[in-house]
Amino acid sequence: MAHDKDTAHTVKSYDEELALLVNTIALMGTLAETQLANAVQAMLQRDSDLANQVVAEDVKIDELEQDVHKRVVRLLALRQPVAIDLRHIVIGLKVSSDLERIADYATNLAKRSIVLNQFPLVNPVTGIVRMSRLAQELIRDVISAYIERDRDRAITTWRRDEEVDEMYISLFRELVTYMMEDPRNITACTHLMFMAKNIERIGDHVTNIAESIHFLIEGTPLRGRRSKGEMHPSP
Amino acid sequence: MTYRASNDPPHGTVGAPRVEAARAKLTACNVDVFYGEKHAIKDVSLDIGRNEVTALIGPSGCGKSTFMRCLNRMNDIIDICRVTGTITLDGEDIYDPKIDVVHLRARVGMVFQKPNPFPKSIFENVAYGPRIHGLASGKAGLEEIVLTSLKRAGLLEEVKDRLHAPGTSLSGGQQQRLCIARAIAVSPQVILMDEPCSALDPIATARIEELIDELQHNFTIVIVTHSMQQAARVSQRTAFFHLGELIECGMTEQIFTNPLHRLTQGYLTGRFG
Repeated sequence: MAHDKDTAHTVKSYDEELALLVNTIALMGTLAETQLANAVQAMLQRDSDLANQVVAEDVKIDELEQDVHKRVVRLLALRQPVAIDLRHIVIGLKVSSDLERIADYATNLAKRSIVLNQFPLVNPVTGIVRMSRLAQELIRDVISAYIERDRDRAITTWRRDEEVDEMYISLFRELVTYMMEDPRNITACTHLMFMAKNIERIGDHVTNIAESIHFLIEGTPLRGRRSKGEMHPSP
Repeated sequence: MTYRASNDPPHGTVGAPRVEAARAKLTACNVDVFYGEKHAIKDVSLDIGRNEVTALIGPSGCGKSTFMRCLNRMNDIIDICRVTGTITLDGEDIYDPKIDVVHLRARVGMVFQKPNPFPKSIFENVAYGPRIHGLASGKAGLEEIVLTSLKRAGLLEEVKDRLHAPGTSLSGGQQQRLCIARAIAVSPQVILMDEPCSALDPIATARIEELIDELQHNFTIVIVTHSMQQAARVSQRTAFFHLGELIECGMTEQIFTNPLHRLTQGYLTGRFG
């Protein structure tokens, strides 16, 4: 548990409440990652039932976010936290919002995969699968870094978002090529383009979480710039 | 007093125990305090900024009150107490044998934990200091000092119709504001407050805190408090003491959001043991 690294609070129930907050956020992270994996699996397997299941499950993550918000407000009101406890509780709000957005993007991927199932399979789906696997890995890493309060791991994850950006740029080019080759591919490829963009945005939310973890541990913002790809369109 | 060449903070203190020389009202250098054999304050160096509120925090017995009492030589009255190091007020050594201690305590006033009005009228409580220090010219002058002091202490409106009632007839919060009025009546430059709100309810506490906010424009304030939230609310700088050492000093905002020292963090977050 995250708090094992610190000396325990004199008031044990405070530690228990903080642990519940961390556990809820960790659960949100696991669910968001599963949602992303299932959405992409639904696309690859052309499984609309699985896609519909992803859409239906999103409400669970929304509820967990509300749960985190309630816990944060309660902790602020009743414990009047300071120093690392204050940072810990405040970033709970941010991290849960980032995870909720990640899950929203996963839902959007699932909805598009339902539409895609009406069209013949196009090659670039494998690029989406690769991109998604990387994004899933980054979600897992950043959640581990959060639970373990591992600054170095958070920074490594933060830097690795660059790989997602590079994949996005490469996939963008690939999709444009496919569309130029055969206009019948345009609808499917446009959906894939949005899906790629969604995964790229998931990567950005992972970096937000990594920045929050850095602030939690160091009390200062994570400085420096990740090198962005040569192209950063916002379709 | 022993004099040491070094003005450097001891190795143990982290943060910023010093302020720019021009802003320092009180400067303590390498102060040690002994009660007989007991080493109560260990090599503390700390500046108190002018027109600032400095909060001294730390667990019971950490030396925060002992250190504060050095600032107007209140420890002199304890026979077994020995103070070494240097403390200056506006550059003047307050432990210099030539210093008039009574005059010093008029410049560095004190408000205690428990309101302790004299068994006299409200008016006389405030008039006592200016009278013995010869600060008032005539009856009218004295009355003006009393009324101004009561006004600055935020008490005048509540007591103006009963200035000759006993000070002890007031509520706890009013008594504490009366003690603050008594302290400021002799025009001190520094006010030391030793747990001024620990015997008061939250409303009376809020009034004292509001008063501290106003007083800091004209006075330099040092407050010892066990309420960390109070230190956070009223002070600009916070100094954390532990086992007689000054562990950390810095801007209150920094201390409460991102303390540098492990012990400060442990104390503030309730992980002490």
